[in-house]
Amino acid sequence: MNIEEVKETFEFMDEWEDRYRYIIDLGRRLPEFDPGDQTEENRVHGCTSKVWLVYERDGDKIIFKGDSDAHIVKGLVAIILMIFSGKTPSEIVKTDAKAILEELGLSQHLSPMRTNGLFAMVERIKAIGTSFL
Amino acid sequence: MAESGGVIMGNVTHNYNVEAIRSEFPIFEQKIYGKPLTFLDSAASAQKPQKVIDAINDCYANEYSNIHRGGYFLSQALTAKYEAARETVRDHIGAKSSKEIIFVRGATEAINLVAQSWGRKFLKGGDEIILSQMEHHSNIVPWQILREEKDIILTVSPIDDKGNFLLNEYEKLLSEKTKLVAITHVSNALGTITPIREIIKLAHNAGARVLVDGCQALPHGNVNVVDLDADFYVFSGHKMYGPTGVGILYGKQELLDVMPPYQGGGDMIRSVTFEKTTFNNLPHKFEAGTPHIAGGIGFAAAIEYMCAIGLDNIHRHEKKLLDYALEKVKEVDGFELRGQADDMAGIISFTMKAAHPHDIGTILDQDGIAIRTGHHCAQPIMDFMDIPATARASFGLYNTKEDIDRFVAGLHKVNRIFA
Repeated sequence: MNIEEVKETFEFMDEWEDRYRYIIDLGRRLPEFDPGDQTEENRVHGCTSKVWLVYERDGDKIIFKGDSDAHIVKGLVAIILMIFSGKTPSEIVKTDAKAILEELGLSQHLSPMRTNGLFAMVERIKAIGTSFL
Repeated sequence: MAESGGVIMGNVTHNYNVEAIRSEFPIFEQKIYGKPLTFLDSAASAQKPQKVIDAINDCYANEYSNIHRGGYFLSQALTAKYEAARETVRDHIGAKSSKEIIFVRGATEAINLVAQSWGRKFLKGGDEIILSQMEHHSNIVPWQILREEKDIILTVSPIDDKGNFLLNEYEKLLSEKTKLVAITHVSNALGTITPIREIIKLAHNAGARVLVDGCQALPHGNVNVVDLDADFYVFSGHKMYGPTGVGILYGKQELLDVMPPYQGGGDMIRSVTFEKTTFNNLPHKFEAGTPHIAGGIGFAAAIEYMCAIGLDNIHRHEKKLLDYALEKVKEVDGFELRGQADDMAGIISFTMKAAHPHDIGTILDQDGIAIRTGHHCAQPIMDFMDIPATARASFGLYNTKEDIDRFVAGLHKVNRIFA
């Protein structure tokens, strides 16, 4: 599944309930996150829900994996990972996650507020990308 | 309207016309995602009635100048109004003298002031401060900062699984080493009303002073600081339908008199030379710099607004809403009430089996329902209950039975979506 498919699916959904159900489903379909990686070090700090992020290099690309203890946030994590994972550092730095989420009508989840860790997650992904430039 | 089993059958009880009250709050005129605003987060900050907005507006539009300084008409008139606001606060909490009413930015600053002024002067290594398990961070961290400097001991008074304050356990912690008990009147995270009168009496018997965090108590009813015999009592304007950025430190005059100033600046001095400065009298000794003038005046307007409705009426109305809500949530599968103390204010703290508090808050938001999710700036109580967060619905004087019906319908929807 890639971000274009998510956009197409969203276009068919008029009701916000259906969109959230879909986001929750994306979270449930994320590959299992190693519980051993749910460490303080890998935690991206938000106020309400916990978000974890790990990465590995694959040639010139960076593969990200993530998880959250809240369903909707986990679905949003899945969307963020679709946007960034498997890209090169320079692609990561250039990608505008906010614009993509805006297209999906989800940009309110990426405000620099303390209600969830997504904003901090994108910041960290960008920092990791920058560190490999 | 008829009542049945303590449950409100309509929105008018005991001459409490909540629809008329709601119409005085402009914020309820708007729709959120096309739906009526169901505001259930007054414990974080309450909405403002037109009377408060008008008082602030009037201050800036027609009355404004600096106070305590100018000899001209506007300054004198506004000084009188600001000091009248202080008097309104004094009268509201039954303090003996307006010298005991210090305007601060909020309860957080009030506690920091006491820690940094009274604490630094009168506490020494080995002295103990007793806090409760359910304190807000603002009544924990200022004492920890003081501990770094003074090597004092912070002791935590326990609660039971339901959130009741354990008076017997507390009594055992008191000793001649106890110099201060710093405790909440009503828990923001659980809604528990603490037995504050007994807590204060026992502390005084042990020779300790008591600071009460009254942030969640004053929005819901009457508090008399002399009757309680509190040494310090702190609260914020914005939770009482007043503006943000203004709050009160009440302190007994005998204590405030011997406390050194907290901040230096204008307004708090009598005379300044480079060799020596003498400080102003109470309350100005603790009010350095130009104060939040419109804030103080707006706060007094909010107190007058609450009193015009009647504190007992507000209390009764909110109690009925709470009872009604507690009945209704029983129908919600997987609903777990966190905080079931015998005596509770208008706060429902909860979790659900089907979803994380953050998920609950997100789904309710889509229906225009505002609740708080998180640790409520009270992480120690979350750790005690072994949960990362709760969802919290809290009631104010403008909430209705329909608000609760929409809230409960939202919880059923959460169950459907996450099933």
